[in-house]
Amino acid sequence: MEIIMIFVIGILFMCATYLMLSKSLLRIIVGTGLLSHGAHLLILTMGGLKKGAAPLLGENAETYTDPIPQALILTAIVISFGVTAFFLVLAYRAYQELGTDNMEKLRGMDGND
Amino acid sequence: MAMINFLLLPILIPLITGVIMIFFSKNVIAQRWISGISSILNVIVSVLLVQKIRQDGIQTLDVSSWEAPFGITLVSDMLSALLVLTTSIVACTTLLYSFRSIGEARERFYYYPCFNFLIVGVNGAFTTGDIFNLFVFFEVMLMASYALIVLGGTKIQLRESIKYLLVNIISSALFVITVAYLYSVVGTLNMAHISERISEVGQPGIVTVIAILFLVVFGLKGAVFPLYFWLPGSYYAPPIPVMALFGALLTKVGVYSIMRTYTLLFYHDTGYTSKILAILAILSIIFGLIGALAFSDIKKIIIYNIIIAVGVILFGISAMTPDSLTGSVFYLIHDMIIKATLFLLVGIMISITGTSNLKEISGLIKQYPGLAWTFFLSALSLAGIPPLSGFIGKLLIVKGGFEAENYLGAAIVLLSSLLILLSIMKIFINGFWGTPRSYDGEEKVPVKTLMIAPIILIMISILYGVGAEAVYPYISQAAETLVKPEIYIDAVLKE
Repeated sequence: MEIIMIFVIGILFMCATYLMLSKSLLRIIVGTGLLSHGAHLLILTMGGLKKGAAPLLGENAETYTDPIPQALILTAIVISFGVTAFFLVLAYRAYQELGTDNMEKLRGMDGND
Repeated sequence: MAMINFLLLPILIPLITGVIMIFFSKNVIAQRWISGISSILNVIVSVLLVQKIRQDGIQTLDVSSWEAPFGITLVSDMLSALLVLTTSIVACTTLLYSFRSIGEARERFYYYPCFNFLIVGVNGAFTTGDIFNLFVFFEVMLMASYALIVLGGTKIQLRESIKYLLVNIISSALFVITVAYLYSVVGTLNMAHISERISEVGQPGIVTVIAILFLVVFGLKGAVFPLYFWLPGSYYAPPIPVMALFGALLTKVGVYSIMRTYTLLFYHDTGYTSKILAILAILSIIFGLIGALAFSDIKKIIIYNIIIAVGVILFGISAMTPDSLTGSVFYLIHDMIIKATLFLLVGIMISITGTSNLKEISGLIKQYPGLAWTFFLSALSLAGIPPLSGFIGKLLIVKGGFEAENYLGAAIVLLSSLLILLSIMKIFINGFWGTPRSYDGEEKVPVKTLMIAPIILIMISILYGVGAEAVYPYISQAAETLVKPEIYIDAVLKE
């Protein structure tokens, strides 16, 4: 099971890298979304995918799944959510002010500016 | 509050201040007073914390009384406490400078809350003993820095913030990925416990791979060659006090993290990692020097000097001798203070002349002798001229480099001082000497009040250099934990 997940996560990282190297700002933001999906799935996978009950003591099971990676993911999800929201608004503002979403055109003029 | 919670205060004070100030963002006067008082309080608390650690050794706090590997443990050893103290001093003086320079429009839009949250992140990152908690504090720091870098919304700020944000999102994702790998190998997140587990398995290949991944992550935060490409553009954009804060604190958190992980976690098989670290450090110095000499823009010159200093500190870490580590700690603290000073001074120059192009400035010494001589002193200090603060750190780093038999590296560190001096004296000679010009930049600059902050900093820097004898016991106590990680592990796991 882990092997399959590793391959899927690898493909996610590949797509994310490809999108982040493109010119359009929105594609780059979609790329960061895929990158954080990959990272979160990776935490889950590296924590181990052995079968067990959901980590609720009410389940009265023999074994439970590891609760720590789930807590880490939850933290990482809200953080990347906050950053993504900020990034989207920043992109919107930049589009309004600078009038382009092409990264090639978002270069500094030489000297002071 | 019980004494055991003492090490929380440098995180709690700015946090509570920041939260309170959100409620009356439009009352600028109250904002200034409250953040000013709280930052002075923070300095006092940090001094007391340093004294306490000097007397009683490493302070640890298991948050909510969950025992060490299971809960989050905050650890204040001498290194953390000294960095927290330096951060508080830099924050306090930069705040003082902000009062007269940042402008009311920015102040009304949550400048001071963001400022305080940035300090929360930096102090938290210096104090935490948990690798995932370090990530969280990194994010606190970074998010506050995103807000500060774009606050004001000028074109250049918007453009450069996008790049800054993108680089940091990628490096944060990489941080999460690296923590995931490490967790799958050792099964714990507490740094002392990770270190113990790595000793048990004796650093196999996979741990070295993780060590290099951490170097990439922290190298992106700390602007190490070849991961510094984002820094010159991003740091150019924000207003001067924000730039001073970034230049003094943000990259240094990355450097501290490399220092911590490479001395506490990955010290078993250092052949490969320290060679890589040494090569990257030397290349950072060289590329930083090229940038610092190439530009005739005063902001750019100081920005490239950040990269050089990061290289010098990392070279000290890579040599891994007691001398070089002591030197690195010395130099790290010196550099935080002196970079803040330089940025503030340069900020005054820019607001007088209205330009940062060196070719359009000359003869400032006639009208502003105080500014000129303060700048001269900080330039000498940056280059490491003996009685001043940059000297001892670099001396010890070079000595450590020779002990580790990296003669070429040590020679480059020595030679770099000369070129640093050249790059910074270029500003002094072109900007302050020569025939005075009239500037129609800004109407009236309150130079006298703005000068208070850099003068306080340069005095601290001079005392730090001249009083090295008095400071040395503290620094060597800080370096002792780096040389003997057992001290740290025993303090946390209480064995």
